[in-house]
Amino acid sequence: METRKIEVPIMADLFAKGERPEYLFWVGCAGAFDDRYKKVVRAFTRILTHLNVSFAVLGKEETCNGDPARRAGNEMLYQMQALQLIEIFRRYEVKKIITICPHCFNIFKNEYPDLGGNYEVVNYLQFLNKNIEEGNLKIDSKSLDNISITYHDPCYLGRANDIYDEPRSILKKLTGNFVEMHRNKSFALCCGAGGAQMFKEAEKGDKEVFIERTEDALKTDAKIIATACPFCMTMLTDGLKYKNKEQEIRNLDIAELIAQSIDL
Amino acid sequence: MTKQIIFAISLLITFGVFSYSINRIVRFFRLTRPAFPIRDFGKRINVMLTVAFGQTKIFRRPVIGLFHAFVFWGFCVIIFGSIEMVIDGLTGTGRVLIFLGPVYNLIMASGDIFALLVAISIIIFLSRRLFFHIKRFEGIEMKKISHIDANIALSIILLLMISLLTMNTGYIEYMKLTGETSVGLFPVSTVIAGFITNGKAENFRVMYETSWWVHILLIFLFANLLPYSKHFHVFLSIPNVFLSRLEPLGKLPNMDNITREVKLMLDPDTAFNATAVDVPQERFGVKDAEDASWKNYFDSLACTECGRCTAVCPANITGKKLSPRKVMMDLRARMKEKGPLMVKNGRDFNDNRSLLRYYISEEELWACTTCNACAKECPININHPTLIIDMRRYLVMEEASAPGEIKAMFNNIENNGAPWQYSAEDRMVWAKDLEINVH
Repeated sequence: METRKIEVPIMADLFAKGERPEYLFWVGCAGAFDDRYKKVVRAFTRILTHLNVSFAVLGKEETCNGDPARRAGNEMLYQMQALQLIEIFRRYEVKKIITICPHCFNIFKNEYPDLGGNYEVVNYLQFLNKNIEEGNLKIDSKSLDNISITYHDPCYLGRANDIYDEPRSILKKLTGNFVEMHRNKSFALCCGAGGAQMFKEAEKGDKEVFIERTEDALKTDAKIIATACPFCMTMLTDGLKYKNKEQEIRNLDIAELIAQSIDL
Repeated sequence: MTKQIIFAISLLITFGVFSYSINRIVRFFRLTRPAFPIRDFGKRINVMLTVAFGQTKIFRRPVIGLFHAFVFWGFCVIIFGSIEMVIDGLTGTGRVLIFLGPVYNLIMASGDIFALLVAISIIIFLSRRLFFHIKRFEGIEMKKISHIDANIALSIILLLMISLLTMNTGYIEYMKLTGETSVGLFPVSTVIAGFITNGKAENFRVMYETSWWVHILLIFLFANLLPYSKHFHVFLSIPNVFLSRLEPLGKLPNMDNITREVKLMLDPDTAFNATAVDVPQERFGVKDAEDASWKNYFDSLACTECGRCTAVCPANITGKKLSPRKVMMDLRARMKEKGPLMVKNGRDFNDNRSLLRYYISEEELWACTTCNACAKECPININHPTLIIDMRRYLVMEEASAPGEIKAMFNNIENNGAPWQYSAEDRMVWAKDLEINVH
């Protein structure tokens, strides 16, 4: 198999050359720093490249958009981050933002407008589903061998923004064996990492939330747990390890499944 | 005439006590903060029609939800009969709405059928509370008084339905025995009347009259108990749905006072002109009942403690202290405690207690994952997470109080622009040696 190197376009470089990419691809802190999640960002970048999408990333200019600070009550820090970023976006004439992380998606889409940052914000699942439906992205449904897949709804795509159908539509094209967990869509149980929980130990209780959710996934007997959020991925992967299931059951992001099915 | 006078006096007392109660609560509302402007009436009416009248969210638990829907829809039709009773009682007329013709028959028939459906539903609700252990009705916030409150309200509703059916049955039998033609259709009561084989017309007149008075006086009593009960829900749930936050659940309200401060900090020109925006500073976030918004308080009054929020809360499910229902109940209780004292002694009144810590602990607040399961589940669109975050805002911005790891996360964002301790220099490491297969 022949391979080609991808040079990920950086906003500042394109701008210096007078180019204006259509999308800002927001990598996010997990995409940049979490070793497992870097693979998801790489898979999605391959898909963007495969589709010849005009995009760029902020690279070293990217900085936390303030979401975890805001959810933890630090409105001051959130707004400092947000107002600085809005200034950077203004400088690069950003109009469309594409995100993988649902938390970043939510804050750009719903909360930045209050501070004067108005963009067309697209979540990668909406983007991928649209490209599949339009025929630009041809999924090979046989490549995954009809393996059973279940999907964990991230709170910030599902309940927070009513995105339930796109991931399911994609997964049902990837396999004929898509199974729902007992608690799904708007009933889905949180992985336990939202609201800045990702960055702290849980309060005292009988059980960790991620174990409870992993058990939901295990009950489906699915071989793949598909996720669409960096925090959910950390939690459910930990859950699989805790249950000693990481050999039999894999936790993959939808972008990884697509990249795998079209062999990118 | 005596009957009319007695009726008018009872009605006056009812309105008098009721306006006293409402006025008391309105004064508490004046203590609260603004929430959002009420616009988008089209959308609001739509939400009210689907969520309140359509009962869409109660059907998220389809079986028990159906019984609640019976009670709700029952109230909606039975109220027409109650309005007629008030007019009849005041003016001395009998069945004043007869002129509605077939519509009248429809109203009476549905009221009669729903009276039975509501009664059955209430018996199911009462038995669930009395004889079964339903987890949703338990929890640290569910004190004995909460259960008594629920059982009293349910019993009154049951009595209301029994008196309504007895009234209709007595009416049918009396009319039958005296050979008069009855007006209105009463399918259920006609069946009940069919079981009665003997009796004197006069007895059925007494039965009708007595039930009439029992029914209407119970309504008056119930209406005046409601403002002091969790069943204030009966009055406030429809308005609460109409006044819902219409934004996506994921969106937190912006703090404009912070925006002013941050813009001052970021813009050196305005920093020297600080006097121009020198507005009196209110407390950041929510520490006590009066810091909450009118909508938070409205939510707390409309809450009927059904516990659907707590039953889906991931923190609560896994044994943490947080219970979204408790947050609402605590706000209501704290306002009940502090509100009258603030009304009496002025806004600056301080009893050295507060909603935060005396009612809601930091441990509860930090357990929230902001997953919005509670808000999604609430049948009347109560929004718990915004209040929880507002309390975190107080803790962090007024007291610099947060778990150590959260403080470390803040520091990381401030110093290296990421919640973890990584350098911005490494932000493109992920893209190293990235390749794509060429087909």
